[in-house]
Parts: sequence; C-alpha cells; structure tokens
Amino acid sequence: MSFLKKSPWILHYAATSCNGCDIELLACLTPLYDVERFGIVNTGNPKHADIFLVTGSVNEESRKVVENLYAQMPDPKAVVAIGACALSGGIFRDAYNVYGGIDQVIPVDVYVPGCAARPESIIDGIVQALAILEERARDRKRQRKVVAS
Amino acid sequence: MNVEHWGLAVAFVVLGPLLGALLAGLDRRLTARMQSRQGPPLLQPIYDVLKLFEKDTVVVTELQTLYLWGFLFFMVISGFILFLGSDLLLSLFALTVSGIFLCLAAYSTNSPYSNIGSSRELLLMMAYEPMLIIVALGFFLVADSFRVSDIVAGSPWQVVQLFGILLGFLFILTIKLRKSPFDLSSSHHGHQELVKGITTDLSGSDLALVEIGHWYENTILLGWLYLFFAPWGVALALPIALVLFFAEVLVDNTHARLKWATTLKATWVVTGLFGVTNLMLLPLIT
Ligand code: SF4
Repeated sequence: MSFLKKSPWILHYAATSCNGCDIELLACLTPLYDVERFGIVNTGNPKHADIFLVTGSVNEESRKVVENLYAQMPDPKAVVAIGACALSGGIFRDAYNVYGGIDQVIPVDVYVPGCAARPESIIDGIVQALAILEERARDRKRQRKVVAS
Repeated sequence: MNVEHWGLAVAFVVLGPLLGALLAGLDRRLTARMQSRQGPPLLQPIYDVLKLFEKDTVVVTELQTLYLWGFLFFMVISGFILFLGSDLLLSLFALTVSGIFLCLAAYSTNSPYSNIGSSRELLLMMAYEPMLIIVALGFFLVADSFRVSDIVAGSPWQVVQLFGILLGFLFILTIKLRKSPFDLSSSHHGHQELVKGITTDLSGSDLALVEIGHWYENTILLGWLYLFFAPWGVALALPIALVLFFAEVLVDNTHARLKWATTLKATWVVTGLFGVTNLMLLPLIT
C-alpha cells in the first residue's frame, strides 16, 4: 500500500478564477468538512505538494505560474481541475484572453464540475486523484528500480 | 554510568522518534479539537514521513542532504547524552550545533524563502540560547553538577528554587517547538508569508529527515522539561511535564505571529526578568 493515500498534501492555485471556487475549496478545510481527517494538508509549497488543485480559466499571465508550479512538484503527482472555468473556460470561454481550461496548459487527471464546485464534489475529486496517485507511485517505484539496476 | 543509563540512551535512539511522532500527532489532534474539528489520525506524522520517502527528492545542491544528516546526527547525539545521564551542557551544545546544520541546509539551497527562513531561525537561536544556558546554570547551582543523573537525583525542592527559570524555559519552549507566536522561521500551518520558510526547498526524503529530526527534538525537549520535576519520581513528573508540553498547543492556537524584533525583545526581557533574577536569588534560597 502506498502512504500517498494517507497523506496527500495539496497545492492550490487560482489561475484567473472569480474566487468562487477558491472559497469553496477553502471551505473544505473548515470544521464543517475538515479534510485534515484524511491527512490532507494545504501546503502552499509546490515542492511539498502531491496534488495540484487549479481553479479558473487560465490566461497568459497565470499560464506561466501554472506551468512553473507543476514543474516544481516532485513526482508522483496529480492534477485536479476545479470548476467550470478550469474544465472548459466556463462563462469566460468566449473571452479573447483566456485559454479555456487547465488541460490546455498542463495534463489534468480529475475534472470537478460546478460553478462554483461544491466542497463535497471537491473532496470527491481529491479522493479520485488518490487512486491515480497510488498507481503513479507504483510506476515510479518500478522506474527507480530500472534506473538503479 | 551503569547499564540502566545505557539502556535509556539506546532506547532514546530507537524509540525517541516514535515518542516524538506521537507527541506531534497528539498535538495535531488537540489543535483540531480546539478548532472544533475532528483532526487527523494519531499516527498521521508517521504516515507523512513514510509518504515523503515515496516521493522524489528534488535536490538543489548535494550539500543540503549532507547538512541535513548533520542536523539529524547532532540531534541524536544531544538526546543520547541527555538520556545517558551525562553532561547537560554538552547536550545543549550538540542541540545548538544541530540547529546550525539545519540553517546551513536551508542557506545552501539559495532560495530567497529558505534564506529568510534560516536568517530568522538564527535570530530565534539568538533569542532563546541565553535562556537555555541559564537553565543549565540553574541546575548546576542547585544540584552542584552538570550531570543529568545528579540533577535527577537532586532535591525535591529544585523546581521551587528554579521556578523563575522554569517560566523562562516554558517561554522559549514555544520558540523551540515552532509554535505561534514565535513560528517565524517555519510554521506547521500551511499558509504563511514565507511559504514554508526554512524547509521551502527541501522535498522527499530530505524533508523526511527534517521531520524525524523534529521528532527527536520533541522527545529531547520533553526530557528537559521533565528534568525540572525529575526528583519527584516518574509517576508525578512525567504527567506534569506532558501537561506543560501540551499547554504550548493552547498558546499556539490563541496567538498570532509576532514580528522578529518584538520576539527578540520579548524573549530577552523574559530571560532577564525570570532567568537572571532567579539565578541571582539562588544563593539566597539554596
Ligand atoms: S467555475 Fe464559476 S465559481 Fe468557479 S471560478 Fe469559474 S466562474 Fe467562478
């Protein structure tokens, strides 16, 4: 069993979101939802993070940051896109300045729909990301063995 | 130095981190309860560290890992000396050296966040180090020896004689445990102005070393606290030490972070007021 499942540390970045989804995301940390029950900690440091949670429709400015944060996270890692904006651009889709979706910029593993996404579905998204993370941890272990031999 | 002491010292090396991890886990649960949350499982810190070993380690410079091993090594040495019943002053110096190694590791990564983190850590060391020396001195004046085994076998009145020093020690314990209002260099809590301060650029197994070091440190600090009450026997002294230890959690949850200048001044004022005064009065009350 991988301990990644028991202690996923998350990194949250708002890539040009309206902050609606961010507030719902932070609500997960409050006493009502208390995600620390599952060992989930909001780190704010890409080098400590396992799961990258991104909200918003991404414009040129935030693209650089998203790519940079993603690159700084050590493997194994997973990405969860949260909210209609992060999935497809949402109501900003037709705006000239947005990329329209996190997957236009970095690979996304789990999509959490909603405008704003509800805390319950965000937690569910993270739990689904855990399964992916565990699989990656296994692959990574195999890769390390191959490199070592 | 008999078999019992050696046993205790070896037990510290093997079980010390486990006890430290339990203390950290209990700390997180208590914190959660104070915020009316349920909180993580008791063994969460252990899960965290085991997970960190599964992650890739991003290395900025090879030196950082070397320094971190230095940090861990001297931390273990410090605790080993303490639990062996040997020289308290030597244990204190090893603890300081270990702290310096952690700063060096953070400095070597060259990131501005780590740099500010380690500058603040050095500053905090300047703040609490005088008080730690006073604690050792106080014990020396009461027990007539720096040897931990002599202090443990000392007079039951020592905690009364050293009451001011105990208060001063509790004050700096907050700094040593990286609790608010003194968690300037690195905070347990996710968000702070410094990202993660001193550990910003450490990841994977490197970060795991830091965590294990902190577990040892928890045990060592509990040991220091225990020393004050040690002549009363384990059954009485250990619960008191534990209660005082976890009182820090309450302080952590009820205070906001201070600025560095205020921290330094406050610590030195407390050191002077309680530590030095107590030290000067000691000849009158022993
Ligand atoms: S999905 Fe809705 S709530 Fe979320 S960032 Fe976009 S507009 Fe705001």
